[in-house]
Amino acid sequence: MLDMTRGETPGPSHLAVSGLQAWYGESHILHGVDFDVRPGELVTLLGRNGAGKTTTLKSIIGLVRKRAGSVKVLGAQTISLAPERIARLGVALCPEERGIFASLTVKENLFLPPVVAPGKGLAIERILTLFPNLAERMGSGGSKLSGGEQQMLAIARILRTGARFLMLDEPSEGLAPVIIQQIGATIRELKKEGFTILMVEQNFRFAASIADRFLVMEHGKIIDGFAAADLEANMDKLHDYLGV
Amino acid sequence: MRPLYPRARGDDESLLAMNALAHITTQQLGQQLLIGLINGAFYALLSLGLAVIFGMLSIVNFAHGAFFMVGAFCAVFMLKVLGLGYWWALVFAPLAVGLLGAVTERLFIRHIAGLDVLYGLLLTFGLALVMQGVFQSQFGSSAMSYPVPPALQGPLNLGFMILPIYRVWVVVFSAVVCLLVWLAIERTKIGALLRAATENPSLVRAFGVDVPSMITLTYAFGVALAALAGVLAAPILGVQPQMGANIIAVVFAVVVVGGMGSILGSVITGFTLGLLEGLTKVFYPEASNIVVFVIMAVVLLVRPAGLFGRAA
Repeated sequence: MLDMTRGETPGPSHLAVSGLQAWYGESHILHGVDFDVRPGELVTLLGRNGAGKTTTLKSIIGLVRKRAGSVKVLGAQTISLAPERIARLGVALCPEERGIFASLTVKENLFLPPVVAPGKGLAIERILTLFPNLAERMGSGGSKLSGGEQQMLAIARILRTGARFLMLDEPSEGLAPVIIQQIGATIRELKKEGFTILMVEQNFRFAASIADRFLVMEHGKIIDGFAAADLEANMDKLHDYLGV
Repeated sequence: MRPLYPRARGDDESLLAMNALAHITTQQLGQQLLIGLINGAFYALLSLGLAVIFGMLSIVNFAHGAFFMVGAFCAVFMLKVLGLGYWWALVFAPLAVGLLGAVTERLFIRHIAGLDVLYGLLLTFGLALVMQGVFQSQFGSSAMSYPVPPALQGPLNLGFMILPIYRVWVVVFSAVVCLLVWLAIERTKIGALLRAATENPSLVRAFGVDVPSMITLTYAFGVALAALAGVLAAPILGVQPQMGANIIAVVFAVVVVGGMGSILGSVITGFTLGLLEGLTKVFYPEASNIVVFVIMAVVLLVRPAGLFGRAA
């Protein structure tokens, strides 16, 4: 059987995770995660709550202090690096809680993440074309935005940095269907521009519209994977895994 | 000297008291208000540094008064040993103490980050005792004098009252510094980084910002402000090892009243409470030592987050 934890597009991976383990204090959350993400791919991590999806993203960016195994981001080994070093390699996180700073204006939020790869980021005009709602709200306080606007700002601000490998944690969570569609369309645009994306999603219908590959996590390990084209064929299995 | 109110007649006890009160002249009132504002200036500068440190590091820096004291001693040292006067001290004492603060943060304070708030309290309190003890063993307890710089000596004649130039300078300079710091935090890119790192340090790290170094610099900056206040205070209060311990209790009360996280709150409250303290000294001197703490108790009962603090 094809190993679906590895993608098919040629060239070195943008992300290669091997035997990744992670702990929060005494809790052993990840028990040996193996997968990779190829350049330009959009891979979605599916799984129940508590499976370890967010912990995986946080471990890749270095926010989980206690980790072991091998994580290579854009070719560099990052298992013992500090988060600020890992980010500077060209990876950016859009966290589940969005993390919009309330004590900053929208504009300050947008310009906060430093440029980690000069020249590779999107120009501010392009970003505001992708997210026209934000252009009108530049002077507002960060806390005054709606959920959808916050999600857009959380994605917009990492596009400026030049990071080409994006990690999105549940971008559609808690949003109205219309907004979810907008975000889906935006992510499709980003794929066209060549961004590599690793996404955690509970809403696999939303993910199906944009992902190249699905990986299923359970109890801190990847237990299955299939190409997006094979989603319908795997629907029953998926329902079992996710308990829906 | 023109009295504020016409002389009262009668020998009632209350009338006698009113008599004494009524004899306060504009000059005397002005002098006391100025002293109040000066103390307020020190409170503002010190509580500003404390608020910035508390925001970023979440520790209550009990060593703040000690750094204030070291700043004043730096000024004395620079004059007596290096022959460098007040204006040099204004620049280099904060730099030197800032460096000391950076080393302190790296060596000690870093290691208790994220632990119970009690550890920060104990550690910085211990550091304060050590610093005070070192200076006390070297220089004894009696105050050293530090001269007012020649450019700022003498009186300022405002017509309706005469004030010492140096004291007016202290108030104006402190207000300007506080304003510049506030502007830097609220309106600049570095200020935005500071505010963001105060709110969510891990996420700011995940964006590629070296937050640990920011924390060191923030602590250094906060105590440098304390040292600046120490240089300003040296010609007025004299320089002695306990000067930090003497002032720190009131500064904490100021920060509590203003709201622990609020920069603006610390500054406004600092000046205001200093002024109130000065006013109390004029009209009811016995209460002047405790008025700040009475206000603190009232504020804690009515609005525990502080006047400018964000309600929990």
